[in-house]
Amino acid sequence: MTTDTNKQAAPPSSMRLVLTLAIAGLISGIAIIGIYESTLPTITANKARELREAVFKVLPGVTRMQALVNRNGELVAVEAPDKDEPVIYGGYDETREFVGYAMPAAGPGFQDTIAILYGYKPDEKLVVGMEVLESRETPGLGDKIYKDAVWVAGFNALSVEPEIVAVKKGTKRSPNEIDAITGATISSKAVVRIINEAHTAWSSNLPPPGSEPTIQETETANTEAGQ
Amino acid sequence: MKKNESYEEFIKGVWRDNPVFAQVLGMCPMLAVTNSAINAVAMGMATFFVLVGSSFLVSSFRNWIPKQVRISCFIIIIATFVTIADYTLLALVPKVHKELGAFIPLIVANCLILGRQEAFASRYPTRLAVMDAIGMAVGFLIALLSLGAVREILGDGALFGVKLFSVNFEPWVIMILPPGGFLTLGVILLFFNWFKFKKDEFLDDVAEAERRGS
Amino acid sequence: MKKRDPDLLLAHAPLLRQGMTTPSVMRDVLIALAPATAASMWFFGLSAILVLGACIGGAVAAEWLFADKQARGDSLRDASGILTGLLLGLTLPPGLPLWMAFLGGFVGIALGKVIWGGLGHNLFNPALLGRAFLLATFPIAMTTWVPAVGDGGFLQIYPGNLALPFMQAQVDAMSAATPLGLMKFEQEVTPLANLMFGKTTGSLGETSGLLLLLGGVYLWLRRDLDWRIPVSILLTVVVFSAVLGLFDAERFPTPLFSVFSGGLLLGAIYMATDPVTSPVTPKGTWIFGIGTGVLVMLIRVFGGLPEGVMYAILLMNAATPLIDRYTQPRVFGRGGDTK
Repeated sequence: MTTDTNKQAAPPSSMRLVLTLAIAGLISGIAIIGIYESTLPTITANKARELREAVFKVLPGVTRMQALVNRNGELVAVEAPDKDEPVIYGGYDETREFVGYAMPAAGPGFQDTIAILYGYKPDEKLVVGMEVLESRETPGLGDKIYKDAVWVAGFNALSVEPEIVAVKKGTKRSPNEIDAITGATISSKAVVRIINEAHTAWSSNLPPPGSEPTIQETETANTEAGQ
Repeated sequence: MKKNESYEEFIKGVWRDNPVFAQVLGMCPMLAVTNSAINAVAMGMATFFVLVGSSFLVSSFRNWIPKQVRISCFIIIIATFVTIADYTLLALVPKVHKELGAFIPLIVANCLILGRQEAFASRYPTRLAVMDAIGMAVGFLIALLSLGAVREILGDGALFGVKLFSVNFEPWVIMILPPGGFLTLGVILLFFNWFKFKKDEFLDDVAEAERRGS
Repeated sequence: MKKRDPDLLLAHAPLLRQGMTTPSVMRDVLIALAPATAASMWFFGLSAILVLGACIGGAVAAEWLFADKQARGDSLRDASGILTGLLLGLTLPPGLPLWMAFLGGFVGIALGKVIWGGLGHNLFNPALLGRAFLLATFPIAMTTWVPAVGDGGFLQIYPGNLALPFMQAQVDAMSAATPLGLMKFEQEVTPLANLMFGKTTGSLGETSGLLLLLGGVYLWLRRDLDWRIPVSILLTVVVFSAVLGLFDAERFPTPLFSVFSGGLLLGAIYMATDPVTSPVTPKGTWIFGIGTGVLVMLIRVFGGLPEGVMYAILLMNAATPLIDRYTQPRVFGRGGDTK
């Protein structure tokens, strides 16, 4: 093998330059399409599974779910919600009875946007679970909003009437109060505020308890129902 | 002879010309994703894949690529490998991909990779180019891992997610935050240079003694 | 700490007249801090001695470890390391684990002084740098305040102090909030007399306002202190909070509360005046002081933290070279308005 050749001693024609780049781009494009096509099913499946696990976590007893959106003032079930359309998820148990809603909500935290999902039972007006989907809160302090088991468990039965209030640790008195995390007051209050705001925004759009949309049978709802 | 040559290209990237400790390249991923050992390894592996793949292709086609458009060609090749790495990580280990976030696509902008194509792969035969790329990538991985390990041990009391101390361990929060990256890197560079300084001093002493002796 | 002849402007050391040397200035500052240090021992008992000792130990250890072999004695003799350790210790909570206090002193000297090239070359105040490191590293321990013992329980040691190295302090059942924390999060005002005499929660040295002022007066009489810096900081804080009080007297702290609460006096008199990290020209010191005062109030009133003295001074430290450059006195016979 030679280390260097003088093939390019004379300046190549611009045709050659364009051609080289075009071929390189073409091959690159084919490679990228190939990898995209072959990984897409796994990626979508991963995302769907993550969402389903989160919904099942914040709504205990739920084994089926469907996406619900607000169209013309009415809550309807959809297969795939439009992009940027606010969506909530209805959770149903084994007997296809409605259990509650899983509501995604987001808002500013201490550092960056916190995205959460919380379970809500409209008949009891109770928050029954909370899961942080995304946050960049300070490690060791703000990240306790998803690492502190006591705090997360505090959302297992929390009244939204009149609204949720974060109080100093150990001073929870009434059903709508939750003990804030020591040393992470700002992040704790942010989570509570996010839920309160989402609740206010959605409460007028939810149908009266008892008349929630029934579940449309879809195969995805059943396949992993056992888990 | 030939074997030695390859070995030489490999070992220089690991130690003498280590991309981080000696050349101070690739600082952006170095500081951003080393808050845990597992993130450091994921980033190191992704960089390894991109660097070795690109070096192989660039070196194989070095006689066909006109030098007027070589940088564009290098970038196309690198970007393709980065995209492949990005989707593969997203499909296989979504959790790690989420942690690394924007820093996977940013491998394209890692000056270490483009630098090796321009300085080495485009001038040397494929075998040496690949050995050089492996050496550099391993050196980069070692640097990432040493930073990530120090930061995870101090910042979380764990290594690869395994708790090393009792539950009462007080984590050094700063180590997981960006300033911890700067501090740790600075201290490691300090030791690397101190070691080099001491070694040179020692070699000088030896040379001096030999000169006197002869 | 800063020596300047009012009739003669010199932009640079050495100002070695009247036998004023680094060790003698350092000694004066140590004397000035003695009352406040004694008060911290009165209020927080044996814990105060332990924490201060650990800080000084860490600082001196770093000085000794990183000094040239020949210069080891010199850097220890000028007492600047001891002073850094003491100042750092006075800003720490009394219940802090001792290993953290030691680490803070070590890091303050290593990253705050040695790495820049030693005394006189550092950009930031080493004691505050050590504190900033501790606050970022151990945010919970650094914001766990214990109430003063007060009634002479001198032998009491807070259990937090005795945590093993690298281990957490046990959660202290009797933790309390500082006056600034009470003000910010609970809208509760601490009586002024408590703030002045130190019978309140806070760091070791910040609680007794009057004793800190006393030390400041001593330094001013000894001409070791550039009076412009503390005066401009305190005046700015007073004016700022008075103006805020006009808008909403209920919500914002009163000027006196602002001055006597938190670490303002300690910072303004002993830390902002560090001759190495503050501007040298009179105009520059005014800018420095006003900037610090404004930052303190902005952080306290509008920021996420209850206290902002440390960050305010560190930020103004960073601006010091710039201030110095733009406030250079005109060289006689050069420049000017004529064109």
